[in-house]
Amino acid sequence: MEILKPVFYLLIFPGFLFTGVLGLFFTWVDRKVTARIQSRIGPPWYQCYADIGKLLYKQVIIPSGSNRLSFITAPLIGLAGISVAGGVIWMVNIGKSTSFVGDLIVVMYLLVLPSLALIIGGAASRNPFSSVGASREMTMLFAYELPFILVIFTAVIKTKSIMFEDIITYQLQNGVMVASASGIIASIVFFICMLAKLCYLPFDIPEAESEIIGGTLAEYSGALLAIFKLTNAMMLLVLPLFLITLFLGGIDVSSVKGVLFLTFKYLVILTLIILVKSTHPRLRIDQAFKFFLGPVTGLAIISVILTMLGV
Amino acid sequence: MFSILEKCFKKSIWVYHTNASACNGCDIEIINALTPFYDAERFGIKLVGTPRHADALLVTGAVSRQVCPRLKTLYESVPEPKLVFAIGSCATGGGIWFDSYNIVGGVDKVIPVNFYIPGCPPRPEAILFGVAVALGLLDKKVAAEYLKEKGFPELIKQEQQTTINE
Repeated sequence: MEILKPVFYLLIFPGFLFTGVLGLFFTWVDRKVTARIQSRIGPPWYQCYADIGKLLYKQVIIPSGSNRLSFITAPLIGLAGISVAGGVIWMVNIGKSTSFVGDLIVVMYLLVLPSLALIIGGAASRNPFSSVGASREMTMLFAYELPFILVIFTAVIKTKSIMFEDIITYQLQNGVMVASASGIIASIVFFICMLAKLCYLPFDIPEAESEIIGGTLAEYSGALLAIFKLTNAMMLLVLPLFLITLFLGGIDVSSVKGVLFLTFKYLVILTLIILVKSTHPRLRIDQAFKFFLGPVTGLAIISVILTMLGV
Repeated sequence: MFSILEKCFKKSIWVYHTNASACNGCDIEIINALTPFYDAERFGIKLVGTPRHADALLVTGAVSRQVCPRLKTLYESVPEPKLVFAIGSCATGGGIWFDSYNIVGGVDKVIPVNFYIPGCPPRPEAILFGVAVALGLLDKKVAAEYLKEKGFPELIKQEQQTTINE
């Protein structure tokens, strides 16, 4: 039974199934709130589950001349990465003893995998639109990954540890990270990078449906497309939880009050994401690149300097 | 399990909109049906950018000879199961161009069509109504109502008598 425990953690409770179902639910919240902002009624609550079910029911077309192996394994790589990242972030908060040295670094690596999967899948599918999407995704990855890592290092410098457990206990003793000046700046930069990681509207350049017909996903159909959609839904849950763990005092599910407080924190972040997404037009790739490597990286460096000064 | 997935198909139709030599009238009405005012997303209908993601093709226009092979390729690149809606008078049977030299005459001459939505152009309500009837969300309008609208009282009387006799 001891051997089966990690499998259970990965596949059912905090990992794949739990995160996936919750993530699809919050994707529906996103669509519904966007609809209300545009004064529409919006889809019914089961819409996102129906979308995934329908995609599983459909035929999978593998385009001739594409690289079969990478075309099929790319979505699985992304799904595996985000499942494990979600599992780790839930587990270190629920049972603090599961935290290990360097788990923060591991999560940082795992969160790159979905973007990497998009690049591999887009490049393997032998379609000009997919290739353009893959190259754009790669450019975006170089742009937002530097401020993202810098901002995570502010938490590391402050707590002098690369373990989630120490970061959470530090915040329990000294108050949440976002209460300090450097914490506020770091949270803002993290939020902007999160939008780019999620491929949401000001930065949905790699997937731009009206320019490059879905970009990297242009050739995907059926179950493989469902896996990409599921990965994105899980990112919508996991990335805000990562932000909460690092800067907003962690996840406490031991009491009802803790669960309500966690839901409140998550919903505030989700609402901000939806508001930004539904009120902003898409940037050009060069604008986004300059934006990330200019002001956003500048802000990230300021927050690192402030942390070193102890503000 | 399989029947649940089959039900999901009806609840989430992603449409791909294509113009097979139409005059743009029907295309404007299709785009109109997808605007926030009519809100097709409440039925799970979403416009997608590529035929690989699509479940339903919305084809407009009397198909000309040039667009014929393209339409066939497009139909083949949609994964199974798929639906085809022929929208507008031209798409249902050629419209006023039915005997033109360069017109094939209707979408069903090239690819199998599941549902026809006539009109020149069909109103956005008509398009949504047609899709809703096709998905089993609504019943077809009853014939008696239609006859009353058009003012044929004696026909309705006949129909009522036959139902009484039965």
